[in-house]
Amino acid sequence: MGPTLKDATAIAGIGQTPFARQLPESEKTLACRAIVAALDDAGISPSEVDAFASYTMEETDEVEIAKAIGAGDLTHFSKVGFGGGGSCATVAHLAAAIATGQASVGVAWRSRKRGSGPRPWKNTQVQLPTPGQWTRPFGLLRPADEIGMLARRYMHEYGATRDHLFNVALACRNRANQNPAAIMYERPLTREMYMTARWISEPLCLFDNCLETDGALACVVVSAERARDCRQRPVYVHSAAQGLPAQHHGMVNYWNDDPLTGPAWAAARHLWKGADLGPQDVDVAQIYDAFTPLIPLSLEGYGFCERGEGAAFTEGGALETGGRLPLNTGGGGLSEAYVHGFNLITEGVKQLRGTSTAQVPDAATCLVTAGEGVPTSALLLRS
Amino acid sequence: MTPSVPPATDNRPGSGADLLLPVPDDDGAPFWEYAARGELRVQACAGCDALRFPPRPCCPNCRSFAARWQRMSGRGRIWSYVLPHPPLLPAYAEQPGYNAIIVELAEAPRIRLVGNLVTAADAPLNSVDPARLRIGAPVKAVFHTMPGGVTVPRWLLERP
Repeated sequence: MGPTLKDATAIAGIGQTPFARQLPESEKTLACRAIVAALDDAGISPSEVDAFASYTMEETDEVEIAKAIGAGDLTHFSKVGFGGGGSCATVAHLAAAIATGQASVGVAWRSRKRGSGPRPWKNTQVQLPTPGQWTRPFGLLRPADEIGMLARRYMHEYGATRDHLFNVALACRNRANQNPAAIMYERPLTREMYMTARWISEPLCLFDNCLETDGALACVVVSAERARDCRQRPVYVHSAAQGLPAQHHGMVNYWNDDPLTGPAWAAARHLWKGADLGPQDVDVAQIYDAFTPLIPLSLEGYGFCERGEGAAFTEGGALETGGRLPLNTGGGGLSEAYVHGFNLITEGVKQLRGTSTAQVPDAATCLVTAGEGVPTSALLLRS
Repeated sequence: MTPSVPPATDNRPGSGADLLLPVPDDDGAPFWEYAARGELRVQACAGCDALRFPPRPCCPNCRSFAARWQRMSGRGRIWSYVLPHPPLLPAYAEQPGYNAIIVELAEAPRIRLVGNLVTAADAPLNSVDPARLRIGAPVKAVFHTMPGGVTVPRWLLERP
């Protein structure tokens, strides 16, 4: 048995800026604010930082960030691909670096002005020829269209309905209504609002889509031993995984044998292999929710239910507080803020510290996932 | 044929179609060249005959680098579909209620092509009543030359 990541490292600090449709400060400034806040939360000086990890579609880089916050010499820095699929991998890369002695204080961050910036899909000049040549000319333009295709097929194969997708949107909105930092804090959602909302890509309506938000977040990863001396209760990285399954094709995942089993399945196999726990031991889950259908798919992928049962799993308040698997307890990308899933990591930490605005009593284990559909990543955190 | 990279959009005024044109890569270029001749062809391994899509340099089944392009019947079934609504690029927003479909090919159901269901090869993208869209509906390929000169496959219902 070689070295293992299991509980070797911990998240010792988290930080964030306000979330808004538009913030005046630059992405770089927002990133620095979130990172300085996270280090302050941990009680660690920025001069001790020697590792950074980010993921693509991040416009700020470690050179500028390190210079601004006064970091020390960096001995590890990485950038994970595939946008929202890379969120959890940042923590995984830092954990691996720290566990193997490549660094001692790692910072992962996300800063994004998606609310005030352009929609990425409108830039037709940077569409990669592959696979864009097979989709864009036919008007399959946006991630919502690509996921809408999978959603329609999923509904057809398994009898999932819009009410199942509403269950997901509602659980996230209800938690946001408890979270003063959430964009949708004071805006409840009703079934009537959902069912009469405008379409974005039928079968997906407005409320099946995540927010567009400005904001930044960060977290600090150190060794478990160091974390025990920090200001906050350590949240251990119990297991971590990335997943890019065989014959996968990016978010346009129609060209493998089974498009309804995506990267979550590959990440989950590795995640549980490295853990002392299974899905039945998870107290609360932060599952990447750029679109509501990603939740039933992820519930299946991470083993909370069988193939085709993800929609039915959402019934009877299962995703609400007190339900079988409380979901996205800060409001998630659908209702707190869409910052490529990084708020799911910080919310997982809050749950295991006991400081969430929608606290699950005695939560001791939390699953956090990155985007399903794209090459993904996941973390299993424990207190 | 030498792959040529057309402009990303056709912006000629009055063309009625600033629709995005395919930007082929080296592997995909033959698909579009055969489409220009009205042929639907899929890359096949010259070693083990396995079909593969999207095209790529090497067979994931036997690792042969030799490939050929196999002509398909152009028949298939709708695997899934969406009806995109705004916000959209202008040329697509001008065709409200348009569909995008995925077709699984009759001879190779695991080969799936994204396309549009239309009433005729040159009809608008929203020419089919959305109520006619159904998963499993049999369709057949036709070919439409876009204003930018690139030919794309489109799909007609077998039983309109």
